[in-house]
Amino acid sequence: MFGSGIIRGLSITFKHLVETYVDDLKAVPSRYKYGRELIKQEPDEKGFFTIQYPEEKRKLPEAFRYFPMLLYDDETGEERCTACGICANVCPAQCIWIERAKDPKTGKPKPKPQAFYIDTSLCMSCGLCAEFCPFDSIKMDKDYERASYGRWEDLLLDKERLLKPVSYYAQISPTQYRAEEEARAAKKKK
Amino acid sequence: MNEAVTKSKAVDIKEAIPGAVLSEENGALIVAPDKLVEFGRYLKDNAGYDYLSSVTGVDYLTYPGRDSSNRFEVVYHLYSIERGGGPLVLKVRLPEENPEVPSLVPVWPGANFQEREIWDLYGVRFTGHPNLRRILLWEGFNGHPMRKDWHEAYYEADHKPFKSRTPEGHPIHAEERVPWHDNIVLPEGWDPDQWQEPVHVVPLPPTKGHVREGIQTERVVVNVGPQHPSTHGVFRMIMELDGETIVAMEPEMGYLHRNHEKIGERNTWIMNIPFTDRLDYINSMTNNLGYVLAVEKLMGMEVPERAEYLRVIMSELTRILNHFVAIGFLFNDLGAFYTPMLYGLEERELILDLFEMASGSRMMCNYMRFGGVARDVPEEFIPFARKLVNERLPRVIDEINRYLTKNEIFLYRARGVGVLPRETAIAYSASGPVLRASGVKYDVRRAEPYSIYDRFDFDVVTEEGGDVYSRYMVRLREIMESRKILSQALDQIPEGPIITGKKKYSFRPPMGDAYARIEAPKGELGYYVVSDKTNNPYRYHVRAPSFINLTSLEPMLVGYKVADSVVVLGSVDIVLGEVDR
Repeated sequence: MFGSGIIRGLSITFKHLVETYVDDLKAVPSRYKYGRELIKQEPDEKGFFTIQYPEEKRKLPEAFRYFPMLLYDDETGEERCTACGICANVCPAQCIWIERAKDPKTGKPKPKPQAFYIDTSLCMSCGLCAEFCPFDSIKMDKDYERASYGRWEDLLLDKERLLKPVSYYAQISPTQYRAEEEARAAKKKK
Repeated sequence: MNEAVTKSKAVDIKEAIPGAVLSEENGALIVAPDKLVEFGRYLKDNAGYDYLSSVTGVDYLTYPGRDSSNRFEVVYHLYSIERGGGPLVLKVRLPEENPEVPSLVPVWPGANFQEREIWDLYGVRFTGHPNLRRILLWEGFNGHPMRKDWHEAYYEADHKPFKSRTPEGHPIHAEERVPWHDNIVLPEGWDPDQWQEPVHVVPLPPTKGHVREGIQTERVVVNVGPQHPSTHGVFRMIMELDGETIVAMEPEMGYLHRNHEKIGERNTWIMNIPFTDRLDYINSMTNNLGYVLAVEKLMGMEVPERAEYLRVIMSELTRILNHFVAIGFLFNDLGAFYTPMLYGLEERELILDLFEMASGSRMMCNYMRFGGVARDVPEEFIPFARKLVNERLPRVIDEINRYLTKNEIFLYRARGVGVLPRETAIAYSASGPVLRASGVKYDVRRAEPYSIYDRFDFDVVTEEGGDVYSRYMVRLREIMESRKILSQALDQIPEGPIITGKKKYSFRPPMGDAYARIEAPKGELGYYVVSDKTNNPYRYHVRAPSFINLTSLEPMLVGYKVADSVVVLGSVDIVLGEVDR
């Protein structure tokens, strides 16, 4: 019948509209069960799924990566980085710059970074630096709200802005952190 | 078996045209330039190599063992649609001075854009080409940028890591290095004020206005794009119209050109993986896969079982995702404004959630590595994927079938529109759903299985119509086939390591070249890599399916109404990131 396709289409659109509310009614407190900042879509939900950002946020998976960060030890305050430069060599966008520290007395280079820059206006968030860091020092942060007014100066991160405590990393990526700590402990035993 | 067939054929082939094959090197035939067309015609008509998949240029200026008498090389990869199997590789070597090779367009029209690309980027002239203009760059561009001795303004270094990005420890920005006004060098004798863009780009017989039912009409040239909501990016179709009927059409592209391949040659091998994400940004997983397969072929690497399964799972999820987006945008072009597309995107979101779980990023996955994958999937991945594949997708596809497939507006506008006959599709090197919608049963997953596709039970979907409707149906049915593969893969996936050996960021593959192709959602995606035993690829070429599928846009459009052009373009399913590279 002429026009039946249109009616069928509209009925499906209407069904979607209704299902959106039915999903919410079915499971009270439904999608807010982990709080408004940890919303996750499940494959068995039928209706539309919207998150009212920035009031509400998605629950990020553990693997999520954004920009890199540098880790330092909580107790000693010492950064893990040894200024080996692998991250700068492997970076496809060439946005990492490291300067090796020198011993103030002898003038010999020591395995610590004096300066560490990551230009996040160039960074493509590929995660290769974190993947190849042999000292578990550079890791991918999950903080994605990085919009700023200064296009260059605010996005060029120096060592102070990159440094994050290990406990922060353990909190955002618990499984990965545990696996890495085990591997580090096994390595030390050897 | 297929290998043996090509081998035994190759022996006969070599003597077929006297003087055509000069020698054989690593399985490739070195062909004399003046006999190329004759030889090509013989291969097409008598030896069954009817599909010219890829044409690549290489500049061997700094390659060890090469001199100026054979500086340039044009590489052709031929396949047989009927027999399947591996390629017949032809190479033509050309001198530094005035490199010229006869064009293969009279034999395979599908060589058209690829030869123009080589002319554009390498300056190799194809004699007899009907329309040898630059394709990706603009006419006022000075030089041929893929040549090894071509340097851009503010050239840094041949290979990464660059030392110049951070002088004195302070990173500097591209904008400071490259001011807008003085990075342009125009070719000699080329005046931008005098130059006029050719409007009649397609060679057409000169026409006068003719009288139709007493009304004086004339042909009009209409531009669709470069900025147009229906061109899926910055893309332009120049169409010549007689009334409402398209009589000639020529696509204009390159607005997003960034010379991906030159960047690729400056990168180290591993740095290219995240760059391939940015080609066809909807399907980053399959882009990764094609590239790592090519490098693995070069290095002779083995991939652990679990990684192979993960690769297949990711590729098939990508196919589902791409086809949902393609169908959605096709309807958007038809005027079903955003509702079908949002229904498609809704399913895509869930697949992107899976990608994010596995790789950490939704679109720029950077997931495959040489010899495996970057990381194992978390525990919740498999149950989530199972639920999606086994429960949700059948329901969604059923719904799409109900409200789109039989929609009468869609039927009126899609059936018999943009017909690409079977022979034309093969001759124009169309691939993927476009080829299969013209009734050609050709799928790289079956014709030349890579990874572990030979273990799965699935059908190669074909439709006979060759029109927009068939291309839509092929995509829809391919989602079902991918679902079949996925549910098998998710059940069979074993435990185990996900990568061979230790991950390396710096390695030197042995000398030589390799070509790997996969059935990407948009068509046949190939990577041609040449190694000179250094940390960087000597040559890195992408056979981009969207780019080459556009060659067949002209035969699809000519003869139809101008209003159909948007729909037909939507049914080809292009992504400009891949077309322009």
